[in-house]
Amino acid sequence: MRQFTVDDLERLLRASGGGDEHMDFSEDILDEEFSELGYDSLAILEMSALIKREFGVELADEEVAELQTPRQAIDLVNQRAAEVPIT
Amino acid sequence: MTGTVVVTGLGVIAPGGDDTEAFWRTLLAGRRSIGRIDRFAPDRYRTRLAGQVHGFHAKERVGSRVAVQTDLFTQFGLAASDMALADAGLDMAAVPEYERAVVVASSSGGTEFGQREIERLWRNGPDHVGAYQSIAWFYAATTGQVSIRHGMRGPCGVICAEQAGALDAVGQARRLIRDGARAALTGGTDASLCPYGLTAQLAAGRLYQGDDPARAYRPFAADTAGFVPGEGGAILVVEDAAAAAERGARQYGTVAGYAATFDPRPDSGREPGLRRAAELALADAGRAPGDVDVVFADAAGVRELDRIEAAALTALFEPYGVPVTAPKTMTGRLYAGGAALDLVSALLAVRDGVVPPTVGIGRPAADGRLDLVLDHPRRLAVRTVLVLARGFGGFNAAVVVTAPDAAHARAPQPSEGADHASIHRR
Repeated sequence: MRQFTVDDLERLLRASGGGDEHMDFSEDILDEEFSELGYDSLAILEMSALIKREFGVELADEEVAELQTPRQAIDLVNQRAAEVPIT
Repeated sequence: MTGTVVVTGLGVIAPGGDDTEAFWRTLLAGRRSIGRIDRFAPDRYRTRLAGQVHGFHAKERVGSRVAVQTDLFTQFGLAASDMALADAGLDMAAVPEYERAVVVASSSGGTEFGQREIERLWRNGPDHVGAYQSIAWFYAATTGQVSIRHGMRGPCGVICAEQAGALDAVGQARRLIRDGARAALTGGTDASLCPYGLTAQLAAGRLYQGDDPARAYRPFAADTAGFVPGEGGAILVVEDAAAAAERGARQYGTVAGYAATFDPRPDSGREPGLRRAAELALADAGRAPGDVDVVFADAAGVRELDRIEAAALTALFEPYGVPVTAPKTMTGRLYAGGAALDLVSALLAVRDGVVPPTVGIGRPAADGRLDLVLDHPRRLAVRTVLVLARGFGGFNAAVVVTAPDAAHARAPQPSEGADHASIHRR
């Protein structure tokens, strides 16, 4: 699997939870909490469904509920992808 | 606390106007906003005409985040709430969050959102159903989103009583204010003009089935052929009269009376409950039928139901005893939004001293014996209005609104329609 990047996260988060066009998804928001960025738990749940569909990485609902920041999400997806044997 | 509950803000999203004054001008111009459904191809449906809201851009009106989470009926409710709060000039920060209440009506819930997700389920499988389906379809979705948007953590609820719902919501909002809430958003919206929503409405068998907007919805006509569905609605800000006066708020009027009744079994031979609802609301307001300046009728557009309403009105007011109007002939029937819109029109009639017309019904049925305000607005000092609504399945509701004290009243808005020479003066 290719790397799950901040650009991917932005794209999928916008698709799942919307977002204003002016928001800058640069590096410095990586450690801000999703709630601070205006995304609720349903937006994160929806994003995880999109990640599964596009990247084949399945996160458990409990794991998704624990995610607080973009960095945590990116790290978890890439870590989980590395564990999946390539078939 | 006076126990008197007043309306201080109005917000409208409706066919013919996606803000309050634009809508009011359309009504006074007597312009019908009914046309062929263009949201989807309606050719294969028995009903193809509707009152639609055009030019509503959800992302601009409610923000892109909220737009993806919500059905159109909620977006209408949010936009109308924003408008009503701004109109009321109510600074929410000055109201304790547990004293901010929301109680609105919904009839169909988020049908269009739900249909989209069901299509995804069947086409692509369960993994493709969006997480927001869990909250967007729900009848209380608007209540919840409005509550979140404005930090309204006081008593919140939704009322589902089909077309009667918005009057019940206003009645409930009045109770909440009397129980200590400082301000409440109330009213109702609906948006069910998608294939799923329309199919559900067709089941009741009351919709007009032709293609001629001029023949489509003619309540109180002898050859009425059903009604046209519509979308949209209205939200009102209500407050305790003393608190509103203290902050210097301008008022549209007082929610002076409210009552609800339920019809007896159709085969019981007993009188339907509409007349009793009207009587109880008048008694609650401490008003006699002779005090009423105009009645906003339910105007079902179904012959038997029109007869029942006309009989109730002539029993209460004598034949031709009071002006009666049904501006919903211009918008169609908006379900949870319909009676909310009528309340707004009633309050603007009070403000401007003009009654919007009942449009395009031709000659009313002779047995109705109603003084219908037909085709042109009527100049009239309006101090007391009775608004009636009936919901499918036996719901009846009535609200009496009365003019505010002159000291707190809204200034009349001169409008093209109201100043137009076509106005009938009696």
